[in-house]
Formats: sequence, structure tokens, C-alpha cells
Amino acid sequence: MTIHADHSAPETAVEDQAADVRTKFGISVEDYMLPARHQIQMVNPDGTLRSHDEQGTEPGHEYPTPGDSELMAAYEQLVVGRRVNDQNSALVRQGRMAVYPSSHGQEACQVAAAMCLSEGDWLFPTYRDAVAVMTRGVDPVEVMTIFRGDWHGGYDPTEHNVGIQCTPLTTQLLHAVGVAHAAKLRGENTVVMAMCGDGATSEGDFHEALNFAAVFHLPVIFFVQNNKYAISVPLSHQSVAPSLAHKAVGYGMAGERVDGNDLVALLAVMDRAVKLARDGSGPLLIEAHTYRMQAHTNADDATRYRPDSEVAEWQAKDPLARMKSYLTDKGLLDAAASERIASHAEAVATQLREGLGEDVPVQPLDLFKYVFAKQTPQLKEQSELLASELARASSGDTDNSGTESAK
Amino acid sequence: MTVTTAGTSANGNVSAATASAAASAAATAEATGPQSLTMAKALNTAMADAMRADPSVLVFGEDVGMLGGVFRITDGLMAEFGEQRCFDTPLAESGIVGMAVGMAINGMRPVIEMQFDAFAYPAFEQIVSHVAKMHNRTKGKLKMPMVIRVPYAGGIGGVEHHCDSSESYYAHTAGLKVYTPATVADGYRMLREAIGSDDPVMFMEPKKLYWSKDQVDLGALRVEHDAGTSTEGRAAVARPGTDATLIAYGPSVPTALAAAAAAAEEGRSLEVIDVRTLVPFDDETVCASVRKTGRAVVIAEAHGFASVSSEIVARVQERAFHYLAAPILRVTGFDVPFPSPKLEHYYLPSVDRILDAVDDLQWED
Repeated sequence: MTIHADHSAPETAVEDQAADVRTKFGISVEDYMLPARHQIQMVNPDGTLRSHDEQGTEPGHEYPTPGDSELMAAYEQLVVGRRVNDQNSALVRQGRMAVYPSSHGQEACQVAAAMCLSEGDWLFPTYRDAVAVMTRGVDPVEVMTIFRGDWHGGYDPTEHNVGIQCTPLTTQLLHAVGVAHAAKLRGENTVVMAMCGDGATSEGDFHEALNFAAVFHLPVIFFVQNNKYAISVPLSHQSVAPSLAHKAVGYGMAGERVDGNDLVALLAVMDRAVKLARDGSGPLLIEAHTYRMQAHTNADDATRYRPDSEVAEWQAKDPLARMKSYLTDKGLLDAAASERIASHAEAVATQLREGLGEDVPVQPLDLFKYVFAKQTPQLKEQSELLASELARASSGDTDNSGTESAK
Repeated sequence: MTVTTAGTSANGNVSAATASAAASAAATAEATGPQSLTMAKALNTAMADAMRADPSVLVFGEDVGMLGGVFRITDGLMAEFGEQRCFDTPLAESGIVGMAVGMAINGMRPVIEMQFDAFAYPAFEQIVSHVAKMHNRTKGKLKMPMVIRVPYAGGIGGVEHHCDSSESYYAHTAGLKVYTPATVADGYRMLREAIGSDDPVMFMEPKKLYWSKDQVDLGALRVEHDAGTSTEGRAAVARPGTDATLIAYGPSVPTALAAAAAAAEEGRSLEVIDVRTLVPFDDETVCASVRKTGRAVVIAEAHGFASVSSEIVARVQERAFHYLAAPILRVTGFDVPFPSPKLEHYYLPSVDRILDAVDDLQWED
């Protein structure tokens, strides 16, 4: 193993970065770090392509349009993602899953976050990012294990370089920073995608993660899905910053805003961010404007805190309909392709229904198996206690008054 | 700086190259035979040896680089290993622990310093929700081979937030191992074992013992470490005795030994047990001693209520009730916030208070 990272002194780093930015983009470091005046948006809600002048780009904030094959592959994942969200919500209603925080309406963000990464890169998702995890290649049924309730995590994070979906807000951003730091020390060219929501930007770990990533100049992309609500609390109660992307400048990193329901713009912005990070720009912050179309979870009642008219307004901006219309008009999506994609989505839904429909027997003794790498005598003793209870239960002897308990 | 040597990643994603036998041998050669050493130097040497032996071992925290730590425990590590492997972080404890979690996920063995006991609280969420649970949540796919060093407890006249005994919070958290050395030699051997462990270890360093000295044979300790000798879950008999057992750990061990020495002058033979690792706890050694003596006092600086000391009492009476000639007593800190410097000697377990407790062990029966 080789460790050869260069932690240069801060003053030098700032000068270098300013010079670097001027050379690379021809703008000041402040103009580089501040997001463009408008969010980046390439396709209108009706599916028509915006003219270049209207895309929100500025000098130093320019985004090449993604290629056709990338768009088609992403659209397919978008359709699958929507189907997965709706299938899972149905499975919750049927009692097959304990809970499911749906990303219905946010699927374009989910797909872009996973698709912009290369194989050796890492993704650190939240509980609402199941579609991103699946898009990265993790088995759908394994992704849903956490919500089915037989273990806290269902997949091996090292198989696809995807952290376990994290529930305590923004704590996983620091894990992303650590993974990137370790990779940098070994001279590996790994980019790490760190995901969180708008409410999470109020957490202390959001601040610490962005600052650590900036100070150590690490290739981490902080991707905030601003879906306007933290359960019921609107963004105006979280922050009065001009935008969440503006927070980047306080850490000395670049920020950008993008239409989170426009998959074309998302891919353009994320692809560029990954390229910059991989080329040594340090971390970046991207804020995607989107909307959580459904309640926080099945246990939530969204009508208590937001008007139907607002939901209807966002319905018209649906990422899936927009992309379908755009690709159809562009001549990339015909009936045959649509059908093929739909049947792919249906196959995944079937896989979920079957995988989550069967009652997987739980293994009670696993409780003790994975607490430590090196077992303790106390856990061994407790494991034996449960084993003897299980043995008694299976032999039908539930009356333990006369039996000798295990010493 | 470039380091090329063997990796022993718990998560299996560091490619192994050549072993660092040469570096290890060089370190062993420089010191043979007993020498006078402080606990601070023993801990420092343990980290240096571990860094020589394994390039995935990294040391970071607040002021641990150029300064060598506020207690100088990391002194010289940045100079020897470069600022890639020993470095200062921004001043944020949750950030330090959270970043260490990510590094452990990605093949490193972080050894991180919380500057003081009470300054570690901002990191509590990362420790409890991730350090302690990652192995469990991923069914062992992600291990957490990290050491969180915490200078703890009182006895140095520190101001507020610098003297907490926080070990019970960590010992109560399933998934953490908790070590606390009381001797110079244990400082070396337990820290090396903690760094080599694939489990996360809260390494509680009694700061009043940093400058305690002992004759220690580092060469012998290195041989012992290389042979895989383990102190985890193994309490030590710090002083043999026959009449009663004093059960102590960390900063309270020297106090217990002083009490035993004073009791001996009055003709009472006290055995002193140094628990060494709070998690896992050595029921066997502790209970064997109590069964032999029939009487016990548990000594700890931490508040007694709902603490490691209460756990020890519960465990011993569950296992040795019929051998007890008297209730097990405790000498602990009072259940008050840690006092200011001029009041701390009223709070801390003292030789007199321990001897009083021993006197109360129903000898007249």
C-alpha cells in the first residue's frame, strides 16, 4: 500500500485554487464558488428543450448536453424507479413492509446520483434513496430488507460501493468524507457521492462534513435533494440562505443549483461535477430543486401541512412525463423501446413482490453473531440462554418451572 | 512521503505488499531490557510501533500533529510518519469520528484522539449510532477497526469539562469495547492490542497516570505483542491478598494499591484486581478473587449511580453470592457534576474512604 497525499498548507491551497480557477474557467474564484444566478434547467416541464440562453448557464458554469445513449439508459432507470416506488408503497399497504419512504417525484435525482459515478466510486445514500441504491446495481430485494424488518441492512456495502441507507441525518456525509480521504491517501481516483435532503442541511454533521471535505480537498460531491419539506417543516424554517447551494462558498467549495425534475440537466451537472472532482477540484455542493409528491412515509399525513394546489403544481413538473416527451420528440423513444422499458420495470416490480411476499424466517441467534469481530464471553452466555429458550420452545416445553435453566 | 508495506485491512480492500519486518526489528533493537518509562511514552511508543508495522494505521485529531497533542501522547509521530499519517483536523469531534468511520470502511485503521473526556460528547451520535453498530448492521461486512483515545477522569486539578469519567456511557453501548490501562506496561500492550483489533475500542486513558513511571522492558512487550498475547477480557491481580478484594480500574488502581499497602500495615491482607478491559469484563478473575476472600469493595471515580461500578457489583453478587460474608460496597464519585479543582479531593475515591469501606465489611460476624 502506498500513501502519498499532499496536505498543503492552507494559505498555499487558497492561492493555488484561485489561480487554478482563473486558468480553467477564466472567472474569479468567487464566481466559481457561487452558484449561477439561476438553476440549471435544460428541458421544460412540457418536454421541450430550452434554448441555450435559457438554460441558466454562465461563464464557468457551462454544461455540455449528455449523449443520447446516456439519456436513454437513465430514462430506463427512471421508469424502473417510479415503478419501484409505487410497488413498494403498495407492499406497505399490504403489510409486506413496515414502512417505505417513497421518492416518488424525486426519481430523476436518484437516477442521476447513481449514474454519474464509475465502478470504483462510492455512494452514501439516505433512507429515501432506495432508487439510487438500486440504480447503482444493488439487488432490489436486498435494498428493501431494511424496510421489511428482518435486519437493519440487507446488502453488502462493498459489493457495489454503496453505504447502508442512513437514517440519522447527515451522519453518513462524514463517512463519505472518510472514504474519500482514505482513497486519496492511497492515491486512488475515487469520487464519493454524499446524499442528503434540505432539512438535513440544518444538522451539525452537514457543516462538519463539508468543512472537512474542503479542508482536506477531497473528491466528494454533496448532493442535496431539496424537496421543500423535512417531514412537515418547510424549507423557510430551515434556512434563510439565498439558496442551499450558496452554502458552498462558506466552505471554499463550488455550489450549483439544478432543476431536480429535469433528468437531462441533472446528468449534465452531475457528470461535470464528477469530472471536476476526479480531476482534483476538491468537493462540490449541488442542490436539486424537486418535490416529494407523497407523504414522508405511510405513517405521515401530508394534507396537514401543504395545500393540494401545491402538489398539483408539482405534478405538472413530473420528471418522468417530461423525459418521456423529450425523448419521444427527439426520436429516441419509440413504442418498441417504451414497451421494452415498461416490461423491465414490471420485472423488477415482480421481483419485489415475490421477494418481499415470502416470509423469510428470522434467525434469532444472529442477534449475537455480528456485534463484534471477536465475541465476548458475556454475549456467548446470552446467546446460549436464547438458544436454550428456542430449544425449549421448539420441543413444545413452554413450562420451565421444573426444568434446570442453563447455568 | 511514501510508505510501502503490508496492509492488514479488516475490510479487505487494501492490497498487501511486503511486510514491515525490518522496521519492526529496528524498533525492537533500539530498546532491550527494563527502562524507566512514563505511561505517556508507552502509549506514544505503542502508536509508533503500530504505524511502523501497518501503513493503514493513521493518527489524527485536534493538535495531535505539530504540537504532539495537548498531553504530548502523539509527540513525534508527524515528524516520523509524515502529515499524511498523523495530522490535525478541523476542530470538530463528530467530524473526526465520522471521518474515521469512513476511513475504516475504506481500509484504514484510524487511531483518533478526543482531546478531553467531556469534549468527546459532540461525537456521541457517531460513536453510538455508527461506530458501535456498523458491524452489526452489515452482518460483519463492514468492520470498524478503530481506536478512539479519550484522556479521562480527574486528579489533575482540571477545570470544568476536563475531568469527566465518561466510561459508563461507552460501556453501556452495545458494540463498543472499552479498555482502560492502569500501568505503564499495560499502556503499551493494551493500546497495541486495541489498534490491532477489528472491533472499535474506546481507549480510556487515565490522564492523572500519564506521567506515572515504571521500569518497563519494551523489547519484551514487543515480543509479547508479536506473539499475539491478549489482555482483552483479562483482569490482572495487581496485588495478591486474602482478606478482601478491591476491584478497581484505570485511575483508581493506584489508589486501591495504596489502600492495600496501608491496610497491610494494620495486618489486613487486601487483594487488588485491575479490571483492565471494562468491555469485555473478566467475570472469571474477579469472581475467583471474591470467592477466595469473601469480601469486596468496588472503586471507581465515576458517579456510582447506573455506572460500571454498579454493573460490577451486580455481576459479582449474581455469581458469588454464597461466598460473600458481607454486602459488596462501593467507593465512587458522588452523584454530582465533577467538582472544581479545589473541591475534587472531596469527590474522588481516597485511601481513607476505601479503608473505611473495608472496615464496614462486617468483620465482627
